[in-house]
Amino acid sequence: MAANTSTNEEKPLNSGPEVPLNKKKKWNKEYTWGYLFIAPPLIGFVLFAFLPILYSVYVSFTNYDLYNDPVWIGADNYTRLFFEDALFRKTIVNTFYAAVGIPLGMIVSLGIAMALNQKIRGISIFRTAFFLPAVSSVVAVTLLFRWIFNADFGLLNIGLGFIGIDGPNWLTSETWAMPALIIQGIWGGLGINMILYLAALQGVNRALYEAADIDGGNGWQKFRFITIPSISPTTFFILITSTIGALQDFQRFMIMTEGGPNYSTTTVVYYIYNNAFSYMEMGYASAMAWLLGIIILIITLINFKVAQKWVHY
Amino acid sequence: MADQRNWYQSKEKVRKMKKLFSYIFLTIGGLFMAIPVIWMISTSLKNKGDIFTMPPEFIPMNPTFDNYIRIFVESDIVRGFMNTMIIILPTTFIGVFAAALAAFAFAKLNFPGRNKLFFFLIATMMLPGIVVLVPQFILFRTIGWLDTFLPLMVPGFFGAAMAVFFLRQFFMGIPDDLIEAAKIDGLSYFGIFRVIMVPLAKPAIVTQVILGLLAGYNDFMGPLIYLNSPENFTLQLVLASFRGYYTSDWGLIMAGSVLALIPTLLAFFFAQKQFIEGITMTGVKG
Repeated sequence: MAANTSTNEEKPLNSGPEVPLNKKKKWNKEYTWGYLFIAPPLIGFVLFAFLPILYSVYVSFTNYDLYNDPVWIGADNYTRLFFEDALFRKTIVNTFYAAVGIPLGMIVSLGIAMALNQKIRGISIFRTAFFLPAVSSVVAVTLLFRWIFNADFGLLNIGLGFIGIDGPNWLTSETWAMPALIIQGIWGGLGINMILYLAALQGVNRALYEAADIDGGNGWQKFRFITIPSISPTTFFILITSTIGALQDFQRFMIMTEGGPNYSTTTVVYYIYNNAFSYMEMGYASAMAWLLGIIILIITLINFKVAQKWVHY
Repeated sequence: MADQRNWYQSKEKVRKMKKLFSYIFLTIGGLFMAIPVIWMISTSLKNKGDIFTMPPEFIPMNPTFDNYIRIFVESDIVRGFMNTMIIILPTTFIGVFAAALAAFAFAKLNFPGRNKLFFFLIATMMLPGIVVLVPQFILFRTIGWLDTFLPLMVPGFFGAAMAVFFLRQFFMGIPDDLIEAAKIDGLSYFGIFRVIMVPLAKPAIVTQVILGLLAGYNDFMGPLIYLNSPENFTLQLVLASFRGYYTSDWGLIMAGSVLALIPTLLAFFFAQKQFIEGITMTGVKG
């Protein structure tokens, strides 16, 4: 590290040039200022993240309703999660079901990015159109989609009616509520992924395509053997961040369907939220949060492990 | 030779076909993105009767601002907007200042344990936010901060790990010579930060401020958990409450959504570069 080598060159103000440098570095002014400058984020981290997290490990082994002191119940919360709570299992399934939209959205955004990665007129208009949802508020966008998915007067069913399809009662049907939320999720995520892919595509080495042209490679082969490997780090990045995001998604589910009908759109984080803030089960909610945290960690590790096989840096 | 010419011609044809195809694809995609937004604006300009006409009018026959007027008269949207501003302005500016100072120290100053402390801080970014949510709530409840703006502000004052991370990247690109020269000129460490670092890192700092304001403005989870009294509601909470108050008064709900989007859209048009840069860097939306 370049920054580290400069430590040795720098001498404390009080030591003359003839005095040999002590092996043990003396305290100097730079240390004081360094520690002072980094103190706020570190203190904030300890106060508002590190200590609360430690405390939540303890709470997850207790029964705590906020009004009475926590009561130690050992691993009861965890056994309840694993063996007794069918609803928890359902919310896990729902959460993974909702994540189906990720690969779908990635394919579409790659397609858009490839289409945009040419000398095309009006590129900034297209870019803006695709990117706008990324800066919009979840609340506003979800309210909009509640209206679009309205069974009788919503835009989607009117559109489907034009091509002779009798659209379902999207948000009040156990079968169709989740697909509706997946569609909304894809709509909202396209812009960011598209921008990331566009940046990656612009970084692909042109010489590789030229070499393929000389060897007579066709369009599909170029895509399969040059484009896909070259942009694999971006694909991996999108996959990781979208998975972590999707597993913790809940606000739009709350506004769109309130988790219904019959819990068909209750995600894990929504269930945690309900346990903590509606049923006042702080211990149980903490245990669930920890389990989800561990699941996220494991999935991320597996992703990293598998990535060694297909990501080319 | 003829072969070669044919090859070029067919190549040109393929290129044109590809372009045409791209335009069709982009137009369909663009419409898929834009139609919901146009529909939102169109609905917001209709009176109750026109919303439910069949077939629907994309361009309202009798456009009206009634929904917007009603929102300003009936709802708490203005107070919600003010509450949001009271929360996000000081939090973002102080937070980015703290983060920039720390990022400067992590990038350019030497002190024992620097890299270890940096990784300790960055570890926060790996933790799923949901794990922190419940204990943080218990903490703020214990110290009596529920139904105040403090839980939404105070943690932000200390500077976010994400901002430290990206500003540090930026500061590392600034040559050390500049700092050495400034030291010889007798500038203090804070002076170096203020006089040399901040002006050079301005684009990165502006990006962080914009992303911070956007995240705060759009935040729904935090206010939802910590604020109970309607007079404390932020804009997003007021907007979410429309869902219950005005169940199927879609014109009014859409007008509220349009109003809530206007500030972010304006910000987006004026700072498009920063938005795209910032979001590309972090890969997350606010």
